[in-house]
Amino acid sequence: MKLLEPGTEIDGFVVHECIHAGGMAHIYRVGYANAARNPGFDLAMKIPRMTAGDGAENIVSFEVELTILPTLTGHHAPRFVAAGDLMRLPYLVMEYVHGDTLQHWLDRHPPEDHDARSFEAIARMGSATAIAAHSIHQQNVCHLDLKPANVLLRPDGSVVLLDFGLSCHAHYPDLLAEEMRKAVGSPTWIAPEQVVGVRGDLRSDIFAIGVMLYEMATGELPFGSPGTQGGLRQRLWMTPAPPRQHRPDLPEWLQEVILRCLEPEAAQRYPSAAHLAFDLANPDQVPITERGRRLRGPGLRTHFKRWIKAAGMHYQPSPLPTRQIEEVPILMVAVPHDDVTDATLYSLREAAARSLGIRPGARLACVAVIKPSASSTSDSARSETTLQRQHLARLKQWAGGLDLSRHSASYHVLEAGDVAQALVRFAEANRVSMMILGAATHGLQLQRFIDTVPIRVARDAPCTVILVKQQLPFGALGM
Amino acid sequence: MKIALLSDIHANLQALEACLEHAHAQGAQQLALLGDLVGYGADPAPVLDRLIRLVHEDGALCVRGNHDAAVVTPPAGAETLGEQSAQWTLPRLSAQHRAFLAGLPLTARLGPDALLVHASADGPERWHYITDGNAAERSMAAATRIDPAIRYVFSGHVHEQALYFLTPTAKLMRFNPQPGVPVPVPPHRQWLAIVGSCGQPRDGDTRAMYALFDAGAATITFHRVPYDHMAAAAAVRAGGLPDFFAERLEKGR
Repeated sequence: MKLLEPGTEIDGFVVHECIHAGGMAHIYRVGYANAARNPGFDLAMKIPRMTAGDGAENIVSFEVELTILPTLTGHHAPRFVAAGDLMRLPYLVMEYVHGDTLQHWLDRHPPEDHDARSFEAIARMGSATAIAAHSIHQQNVCHLDLKPANVLLRPDGSVVLLDFGLSCHAHYPDLLAEEMRKAVGSPTWIAPEQVVGVRGDLRSDIFAIGVMLYEMATGELPFGSPGTQGGLRQRLWMTPAPPRQHRPDLPEWLQEVILRCLEPEAAQRYPSAAHLAFDLANPDQVPITERGRRLRGPGLRTHFKRWIKAAGMHYQPSPLPTRQIEEVPILMVAVPHDDVTDATLYSLREAAARSLGIRPGARLACVAVIKPSASSTSDSARSETTLQRQHLARLKQWAGGLDLSRHSASYHVLEAGDVAQALVRFAEANRVSMMILGAATHGLQLQRFIDTVPIRVARDAPCTVILVKQQLPFGALGM
Repeated sequence: MKIALLSDIHANLQALEACLEHAHAQGAQQLALLGDLVGYGADPAPVLDRLIRLVHEDGALCVRGNHDAAVVTPPAGAETLGEQSAQWTLPRLSAQHRAFLAGLPLTARLGPDALLVHASADGPERWHYITDGNAAERSMAAATRIDPAIRYVFSGHVHEQALYFLTPTAKLMRFNPQPGVPVPVPPHRQWLAIVGSCGQPRDGDTRAMYALFDAGAATITFHRVPYDHMAAAAAVRAGGLPDFFAERLEKGR
């Protein structure tokens, strides 16, 4: 298809320069011909390449994006603006998001540039990508084509996901499902279950993020770029070489995270992108297993066993993304430390145990907020690290009464003057699904007219808040 | 233009009223009835009175279902539950009711690009069940033989909601819709929607089913509407119909 001349007008939009000429579509900067209609952000127009010589597939993926993009909300997808009639004048106008793609970042910083490709930077970008993926998963959409060219890094560090042409929305008929039992996606990043035609498992996106983390950290692609269906099937059983083999200084926690994303069986990966983001944001809390420590890949025996298992791998329907997320919540407990009775701590623990008990996939984050003034730089007994250690020990002791054999748990001591704000911010930053705190803890008793901490948290938290009241028998006993 | 598509009302007055009220609140301007107005339920006469008025005065479209046909040409025996229900229904209908049912067509057109049929456009009088992509494909192909301009086939008969669509490689795929979510059904593809049963749900959910087709926006929304199913079941028992019909309404299966 011929490039449009700058100045061309389409349905009230003036076309500016072409910013991307891909195999599937051309993307132009555009503006409204009538400046008064300007929505307050820049615009881009995507026009599919639909000449006689082009295959039908790019029309279908354009139609898929046309269906899904308008339904997405939040900061992690370009805002939808307008669309032309698919049969007459196909185009899609959306927000032009400023920033660089992860592909640009990889190109700009060669693998030897260990300063730019620091583990902190990789974890930060990986976490931002996982948060973006979680946001669309919460809207029942799986992206299914996550790759560096589709991950846009905003200047503020957040991530916007691009190109929903191969995505799957659980509420709409999947036009690409006809390709079932045949891989739809980009061979380098595609997850094993996608190879056998599964569309709609959010853990496929987690796998793709794992491939990107691997490439960011080592400069290598964990599975190369297979060009054949047979080459793709290798993904059903293969565990890639550990990243530490390519980059010996790579920390164990990062390898643990990357290889968990790349588990061939979806059930062995992170159960939701929020869990992945959590680990990347809290490296010191990642439990290290053999996966994180190994310096060479699994032996032939393991691979042979997996190969046998993979031979039977076939298409299965996926659970609804929102349901999958509900089953693996991040549960946060605000554990008070000042002026707190044993009965309150006991009641909190009971509430946490109940919530964990009905959600086997939940992870637990135990949080204490201490005043910044509580630490002192001169007095070693009150120094920051000593205090942190004491509080961490208290948190672990509190959680010691919980059966955590099937749950991952982490412990966080936050320093903040404003307790409610610190709790709410932690919940926001870590995509917490549910927070448990004492109704009469963290300062004032629960009162009707005073903004106590529990009241403020209940009002401002982005998630469900359970306010636990101390169980009566203990109070009555004067404990 | 929003069109409410109701099928398999099965003489359930409570479910019918609830769906009509819901559709009205959603802005439905037209009504299409996809057959099986009677059978199983306790209120064939009041349901038909209501529906005849809607057809004659408000221009509602209506096609015939197998239970409607069974009342027009009554079965000889009363062996199956369906035959028992037809025998029970017949004496409760007036001559006007019977004439209305006898005059119903097997198919009807809704605008230039939609076809209404109770079961399958492939031999409507044979009441084929559409339970998979192949059966849906036969119905869709038959509709295209009637008129290539037909993009939508709306049916009932199987008491569950489903949307079949023709993919770019000309294969019909089944999609299970989420209640209340408008699904885009652009007319450059072919679609076959099964709107579910208004008066006798069988999927374990007691709520009545219907669908709302928005021709202008090219979307279809499958709805589930709660209604007084215990009252409908009580009416079935009070009428002396087989107990099983009442249990079905109570449990939705």
